[in-house]
Amino acid sequence: MLSIKNLKASIGDKEILKGLSLDIKPGEVHAIMGPNGAGKSTLSSVLAGRSDYEVTGGSVEFLGKDLLEMSPEDRAREGVFLAFQYPIEIPGVSTTNFLKTAINEIRKHRGQDNLDAVSFLKMMKEKMKTVEIDQSLLSRSLNEGFSGGEKKRNEVFQMAMLEPKLAILDETDSGLDIDALRIVANGVNALRGKDNSFIVITHYQRLLDYIVPDFVHVLYNGKIVKSGTKELALELEEKGYDWIKEENKEAV
Amino acid sequence: MSNTATLIDNLKAEFQLEGNSALKSIKQTAWNTFETLGFPTVKNEEFKYTNFIPATKSNFTLQAKNSISLADFNSIELVKEEANVLVFVNGIFNTKLSNIISSKEEVYIATLAEALTDSKEEALITQHFAQYSNNISDAFTALSTALAKDGVYIHVAPNKVVSKPIVLYFIADTYTEEVFSQPRNLFIFDKNSQATIVESFTSFGNKVSFNNIVTEITVAKDAIIDYYKIQNENEKAYHVGTTQVNQKGNSVFNAVTVTLNGAIVRNNLNVVLDEEHVEANLFGLFLPSGNTHVDNHTIVDHAKPHCNSNELYKGVLDGKSTGVFNGKIFVRKDAQKTNAFQSNKSILLSDEATINTKPQLEIFADDVKCSHGATSGQLDAESLFYLRSRGLSEKSAKAMLVYAFASDVLSNIKIESLKLNLEHKIAEKLAVN
Ligand SMILES: Nc1ncnc2c1ncn2[C@@H]1O[C@H](COP(=O)(O)OP(=O)(O)OP(=O)(O)O)[C@@H](O)[C@H]1O
Ligand SMILES: [Mg+2]
Repeated sequence: MLSIKNLKASIGDKEILKGLSLDIKPGEVHAIMGPNGAGKSTLSSVLAGRSDYEVTGGSVEFLGKDLLEMSPEDRAREGVFLAFQYPIEIPGVSTTNFLKTAINEIRKHRGQDNLDAVSFLKMMKEKMKTVEIDQSLLSRSLNEGFSGGEKKRNEVFQMAMLEPKLAILDETDSGLDIDALRIVANGVNALRGKDNSFIVITHYQRLLDYIVPDFVHVLYNGKIVKSGTKELALELEEKGYDWIKEENKEAV
Repeated sequence: MSNTATLIDNLKAEFQLEGNSALKSIKQTAWNTFETLGFPTVKNEEFKYTNFIPATKSNFTLQAKNSISLADFNSIELVKEEANVLVFVNGIFNTKLSNIISSKEEVYIATLAEALTDSKEEALITQHFAQYSNNISDAFTALSTALAKDGVYIHVAPNKVVSKPIVLYFIADTYTEEVFSQPRNLFIFDKNSQATIVESFTSFGNKVSFNNIVTEITVAKDAIIDYYKIQNENEKAYHVGTTQVNQKGNSVFNAVTVTLNGAIVRNNLNVVLDEEHVEANLFGLFLPSGNTHVDNHTIVDHAKPHCNSNELYKGVLDGKSTGVFNGKIFVRKDAQKTNAFQSNKSILLSDEATINTKPQLEIFADDVKCSHGATSGQLDAESLFYLRSRGLSEKSAKAMLVYAFASDVLSNIKIESLKLNLEHKIAEKLAVN
């Protein structure tokens, strides 16, 4: 589904991704862990198409197409979704408001008819239930005055509505209480299926109790330096990152 | 120069003294003033960025034909709710397209010419006509006063609430000729009355039009007035519009001025807060694109104490368009306890668009709260990326952000269909640019 090969990306003169490779097959859940500043959010931004980053090498193939060639909206329409680590506020634009346009533009891209108002509302209701989010939050200006947890829940709600093929969750669990954590995991697990894949970026192994990953990777200094199964997350939780840093000393 | 002289000559030929002796004398003085001043050049500080001289050299017809059909009219109708409709084509009243539904009990609505034949209204017209507008140093206003022939006269008696909006359509018909028109309006709102007025400006055909319109509004004690001015003319339409408002004690005047299109548009909105406890709210939204130019000049004159004024003008500028916002606030010597706020915010959608903002506060009282602010910049890149990452095209994302930006101006429009209509037109406009 997603094949990243030797990806290099910089911002300004600073190289952040330094030859990162990762393969994800349909239906798989990959967790990415790694110390602050390793490049996890950079990777998600590059995949989503943020133009601040310059890709200086490597390739990314998504469902057989060159992802890096696509505009951010085309990536979304092809099925990529990013739940932002720091969701921004957009005064005057409500979630309901832009999601309706988003869904219809995505449908158009896929050669489907517009979703009528009734079906849209029905879908909204259903997904609102899954992620236990309130209608009032969705009709307010996006993220304006939302609590940290509400912002994250809103990201998961959008994911549920857009039903992406590849969802990237960038520290969606940070700042969530235990209940919210369970709800977010419900959102992910509801979408999980043989055709949907996930990249779950997290600092905490506890999320992985709820969303059980197929693989766990360590991103350090712009590269995937270690990959394993969910046991790796437990090991990281226990030992921290020093041993990883030690192992990769010569690379720094 | 010679061509301008031609227009002035033609206007002079039009100039004939009509009406009672008081009106005659007002008009004669105004004509003399106009002849002395001539059309303003960019050397005039008030027209520094807005040059109408080239436009005055067009080959204008002063008595243009009217070929606007009902279908034309239906295509530009702005208000879907039941309303009083008065249509002017090239400055001439069009009976066929007009429809007055409110009772005479509620409101007296007529053309200015017709109202002058009614002795009671004539007395009022004589009392108010040209008494508020600047006929001394404003050449366009003086010209309007001198040549005032037709326009709308509205008079709401004390304690009357006009339940249906009064919608005035000023249409430039340039199918066959270049047209110059000068509608002249006078609205008199008596004590404790309420009304909603819409002035709409549109054009048909692709020839040059020039509209010089003056609207004088007097708002008596406790009256509440909503006034919407909507412009959506073509790229060859020149527009000078002056709305002069005089407010008495405890009255409320809400204005929303929306400019969608026109070659060069100049809006003057001048409000005098002439007694205590007056409230004036002035909102504006302008969206020039291509090579067009929009200039909003406002004067808020706090003449008396304990009044509030609140002003918010927003610009969305695309292409090589230019915008001007000039906001004067006067706080006179005895206008203590004045609250006056002014803000002008603009978004530049292109690198080649420019906005010129000049707040001018002249405060002669000491116990006042006044503030002004101006910002301009691009659409927020982070917000654009966020929306695009959800699948919205760049155009839709931009349109959505522009909407959001414009919403605190448009939300002041209380006629629902008018607001929706404008939102729709803005979306259309953003989609083509
Ligand atoms: N606009 C920028 N200008 C300069 N450096 C940047 C910019 N954006 C990110 N960086 C740097 O890139 C590096 C990687 O940042 P990134 O946000 O990808 O880290 P991360 O792995 O997501 O960290 P965290 O766990 O704290 O979220 C950091 O050193 C960061 O300071
Ligand atoms: Mg991060």
